[in-house]
Amino acid sequence: MDRVGVAIVGPGNIGTDLMYKVLRSRRMELRMMSGIVPTSDGLSRAKQLGIGTTSDGIGPVLDDPEIAIVFDATSAKVHLEHAPLLERAGKFAVDLTPASVGPFVVPAVNAQVHVNTRNVNMVTCGGQATVPIVAAISRVARVRYAEIVATIASKSAGPGTRQNIDEFTETTARAICVVGGAEKGKAIVILNPAEPPIIMRDTVYAIVDDPDGEQIRASVREMVATVQSYVPGYRLKFDPLVEDDKVTVMVEVVGAGDYLPTYSGNLDIMTAAACAVGERLAENLLQKGDCKA
Amino acid sequence: MTIRKRIHIVDTTLRDGMHAVSHQFTPNQARSIAAALDAAKVEMIEVSHGDGLGGSSVQYGFAAASDEEYLEAVAGAIVNSQLAVLLLPGIGTQEDLKMARDHGAAAVRVATHATEADIGEQHIKLARDLGMRSIGFLMMSHMVSPEKLLEQAKLMESYGAEVVYVADSAGAMLPEDVRARVGLVKENLGVDVGFHAHNNLMLAIGNTLAAIESGATYVDATLRGLGGGAGNSPTEVLAGVLDRAGYDTGMDFYKAMDAAEQVVEPLMHRPQQVSNASLMLGYAGVYSSFLLHTHRAAERFGVDSRDILVELGRHRIVGGQEDTIIDVAYGLSKASR
Repeated sequence: MDRVGVAIVGPGNIGTDLMYKVLRSRRMELRMMSGIVPTSDGLSRAKQLGIGTTSDGIGPVLDDPEIAIVFDATSAKVHLEHAPLLERAGKFAVDLTPASVGPFVVPAVNAQVHVNTRNVNMVTCGGQATVPIVAAISRVARVRYAEIVATIASKSAGPGTRQNIDEFTETTARAICVVGGAEKGKAIVILNPAEPPIIMRDTVYAIVDDPDGEQIRASVREMVATVQSYVPGYRLKFDPLVEDDKVTVMVEVVGAGDYLPTYSGNLDIMTAAACAVGERLAENLLQKGDCKA
Repeated sequence: MTIRKRIHIVDTTLRDGMHAVSHQFTPNQARSIAAALDAAKVEMIEVSHGDGLGGSSVQYGFAAASDEEYLEAVAGAIVNSQLAVLLLPGIGTQEDLKMARDHGAAAVRVATHATEADIGEQHIKLARDLGMRSIGFLMMSHMVSPEKLLEQAKLMESYGAEVVYVADSAGAMLPEDVRARVGLVKENLGVDVGFHAHNNLMLAIGNTLAAIESGATYVDATLRGLGGGAGNSPTEVLAGVLDRAGYDTGMDFYKAMDAAEQVVEPLMHRPQQVSNASLMLGYAGVYSSFLLHTHRAAERFGVDSRDILVELGRHRIVGGQEDTIIDVAYGLSKASR
């Protein structure tokens, strides 16, 4: 079976974890890991695995006509520079930074809608964990308001998240509405320093009109199964609670432990979701019959 | 004549006190409380949802009015006192802070868990850019060693905080714990140090005195002690005690007592006392504002509040994790069936 050539830019924690996931893909061939520090752990590991590497940044990725899809795991600031370059080079960009150049994509909800979109954004880890639940509720009830609380182990929140914590809450709140279908959205993030580190947990509260408990529970269970198809460690803590007009759903995310520890479910769900989006893009390209690697 | 040392009292009846009334003071009630505090010449009045700006939510409880409405009501009622707000990064945002400044807030307390000071860097810096007083506030300080707390306090100082607080959010500290933490922070910081007490072990006033003896010059209080868990140091009591102890708070003691008895007491939902559950908060080291949420969950799932609190303490739950109460209560109800 033909595969589509892809590259990962930014071989940090996220990029390196993503590398292991992309290597398992049947539709994508990882042609290049691109960074700026030749001795970085991510690039060294890629080299050992026989993957093409460069420490010259995005240039060699743009120049390789066999690369059709580029995962950008750098930073918002750097992606803003990369985005126009990738567009000009005719690449599909999957943006894992908070730059939000393109529309939000959550695989279980709207990846299919965006298979022809040149630049898509992966929201936030909290968004990837909770937007599917909000969408599951909003497809069977009118969601007046949805609120999510993401609790993450301190150790697994990197400096990017810490120094821009508002970006996390504001972006997630937007995605709850735009992708999740809630009329109003709010996001809260809590860092917990307990040792051993806690696994990521997310609570979704929704205020809905005339809830049908059975319908909501069935819809949420089905959605959880869909997310599990690309994030195996994603699970419901207990069956959704429906009381009056309020729905409470709790999920937790155990990471796959590819490069990052299993408590980093927040990072795992980002890389797993990005990989799932890459799969859809690749599948679409293969169906159209172009961009073979 | 001897010069009495100045101690700055921050009254937080309209912020921590909000926990005890499930955030249901009306803007009119907030205005009358603020006016009474202003008449008592308290230095700073903190007004926010109990969980800070943007705290009105399913997770923490919806307030009776918006942050804007409370701030507007209070800003128009005070002449002497400074208006402050609380902001917990992860809940409130820089946009909320700009809004608060536009509605008259002159100071902000940026509160993080005792190990997470760096998530407040942007907010502390923004406060300075906006011309506000910025105060760092390290919550749940009992959970970390004095050395760890100092490291985090230094971070807050480096971002530009003009005062750094040691907050005993769980009311779990003994006077020796307070002395060790406040003392070390005071010795090694160039800025003022504050202390925020809770009365879960009935040590709020005693711990506040211990903090002042160890160098704290900013201390928190609420009228009648209204606040999360068993509440805080009562403002009127602290005004009297500090006067007796030879400190200058600038406050009018009688007017503080009047504010407590005539204005706040009639608005209280229940007497502020050390109930068994709030005693357990202090004993197990659990965030004080979990109290009423725990009572509701205990009732809903038919389990004992104390069992929930012990379990929360065991999991080392931090402030803001109110959703865990539901999870724990639900788990206990399953286990007992």
